[in-house]
Amino acid sequence: MTRRRKRRLRASSVAVWAFLLMCAAFIALPLYVVVLTSFKTMDQIALGEIFSWPTTWTVAPWREAWSELCAGMTCKGIRIGFSTSFKILLPSLGLSIGISALTGYALALWNVRWAGTFLFVLFLCAFVPFQIVMIPLVVLVAQLGVYGTVWGTALVHAVLSMPLLTLMFRNFYKNIPRELIHAALLDSGSFWRIFWEIVLPMSKNILIVVAILMVTTVWNDFIVGLTFGGISAQPMTVILANTVLSQFGEVKYNVTMAAALLTAIPPLVVYFALGKFFVQGITSGAIKG
Amino acid sequence: MPAVSFSNVTHEYGQHRVLQDLNLDVQDGEFLVLLGPSGCGKTTLLHLLAGLQEVSAGSIHIGGRDVTELEPKDRGLAMVFQSYALYPTKSVEGNLKFGLAAQRLPRSEVDKRVRWAAKLLRLEGLLGRKPAELSGGQRQRVAIGRALVKQVGLFLFDEPLSNLDAKLRTEMRLEIKRIHAELGNTVVYVTHDQVEAMTMATRIAVMNDGVIQQIATPDEIYAAPANTFVAAFIGSPPMNLLDAEVSHVGEKVTAVHRSTETRMELSHYAFARRPRPGQRIQIGMRPEHFVVGQAPGLNPAASFALPLAYAEKIGDRGVAFLKLGEGLLAAGGDFSTFRAPAAGETVEAHFPGDRFSIFDSETGARM
Repeated sequence: MTRRRKRRLRASSVAVWAFLLMCAAFIALPLYVVVLTSFKTMDQIALGEIFSWPTTWTVAPWREAWSELCAGMTCKGIRIGFSTSFKILLPSLGLSIGISALTGYALALWNVRWAGTFLFVLFLCAFVPFQIVMIPLVVLVAQLGVYGTVWGTALVHAVLSMPLLTLMFRNFYKNIPRELIHAALLDSGSFWRIFWEIVLPMSKNILIVVAILMVTTVWNDFIVGLTFGGISAQPMTVILANTVLSQFGEVKYNVTMAAALLTAIPPLVVYFALGKFFVQGITSGAIKG
Repeated sequence: MPAVSFSNVTHEYGQHRVLQDLNLDVQDGEFLVLLGPSGCGKTTLLHLLAGLQEVSAGSIHIGGRDVTELEPKDRGLAMVFQSYALYPTKSVEGNLKFGLAAQRLPRSEVDKRVRWAAKLLRLEGLLGRKPAELSGGQRQRVAIGRALVKQVGLFLFDEPLSNLDAKLRTEMRLEIKRIHAELGNTVVYVTHDQVEAMTMATRIAVMNDGVIQQIATPDEIYAAPANTFVAAFIGSPPMNLLDAEVSHVGEKVTAVHRSTETRMELSHYAFARRPRPGQRIQIGMRPEHFVVGQAPGLNPAASFALPLAYAEKIGDRGVAFLKLGEGLLAAGGDFSTFRAPAAGETVEAHFPGDRFSIFDSETGARM
């Protein structure tokens, strides 16, 4: 038996470490400033020492951001946007996952005519930038009569995400063994029954991956919400931007920072709660041991 | 129990013609084994019967009913797969019940059948488990159970034992035979394992290149293979095939081995077609029909004295591989009284005249 060599710090690993530390600092430093500032009083902020610890801790900025902050003409805080964002998120989540799971299932496991062509078109669609189709989409959504409502925004989110999600579901389902589907065809033969009873229960991993992807995309989105929400259905991100842009006189940095953090909480919660499954989901297939 | 018939079935995959104009009749209650090497079309044939692949031309009948255009679930058959294909998120009970999904049975009937199958296959204690919590043999029994609960007349097996270890394979072979004896269903069973075929089948259809080479009982296939492919495929080690030339046709028929000029007397062979002098033939000799060593009192039709290349011995039985020209001659049998020779030593092997299989060199067909 040979002894395991002692680990030495080599130049290459030093470089890697330095790079990773830099990346971490790039995110962590601004975050540190944002979090601290949100707990400071305006008096302390006026001193300009952005890295200093708060002398007196206060949650007043958080309260103000949540319920009193002004966005344009209304001063009801960021909470309006919070509920709007949820109302956009839930239908778009249901719609996009429901439809793309079914389409992916059909494309992967059933004999669909022109499936190859369809997949290629989906693949192309996944790469079309939103700005290119934005104006026609506005006209379409207006004609459907849902422009300026949460439903309009939700619909646009769902449609935009479908090419990518369908490809993801299709590739996941393609890994289900052929014989399993053959057995189901002999046992039941029903498209819906096989989906509900056999395929969907095997989809936990991909559902989690797709859900995380959708929650963060929809919640963090700004441009779709701005374009399709009008003035009555502005999601949290749009309201946040408005508050920052429409403040007059003294800029309340602490309130703005608190509002920004409040906006970021839901995706963070999703990541922390489901992050473990996310890694599992993207690394494992449909069948376990 | 239904009979099955394939009439002029052709199957094309892209440009490739897998099966062409195939005809096959499986009798009522028969255990038919489709045997052949990988890629010979036997699994395709089974998939066509199940409706998992479509025929390009021809028709398939089950129990007199034309099923060519029917959906798999409407064909009145059940299938067991090589990978077991159990539903991973369902319990054993759920797997068995899903087998009845298409049949719209009352709940009491479903429960009755699940209990019956569980008892028959000794799965009673396992009904609540998921497939991942079962051993290979247990999974295989669940897969068979899922087919049994349907209570259909026709069972299809697609290499069901090839994922099991040798001991379990022997057990499951007996288990499947027992169920067939008990229920009397018609069975079509695909395998590449000749032991499974020889032990389980009432008839074997040997396939190669999408063509059925011979369809007969295991004994007939063993004793009188229809062509050189079947001769070389069945048996372990396979039948020796020696290139020879007919040297004399008269009251006695003799042939001479081409490379060693060994003379063989073929008078005891029942020729279906009379050989011509000078005709090239292949003489088939099963290793186990040789008598190895000194054989006083035997009147052999062919005798060889050749140097030993190597020998395999399992208990009392064994095979000696002798150097014959460029190739090897396998001669085996009872080694209990036989002293194991060293490599290079000359060994005598004698073959009785009534055990030959003789093939036409040009066509490969039995003469």
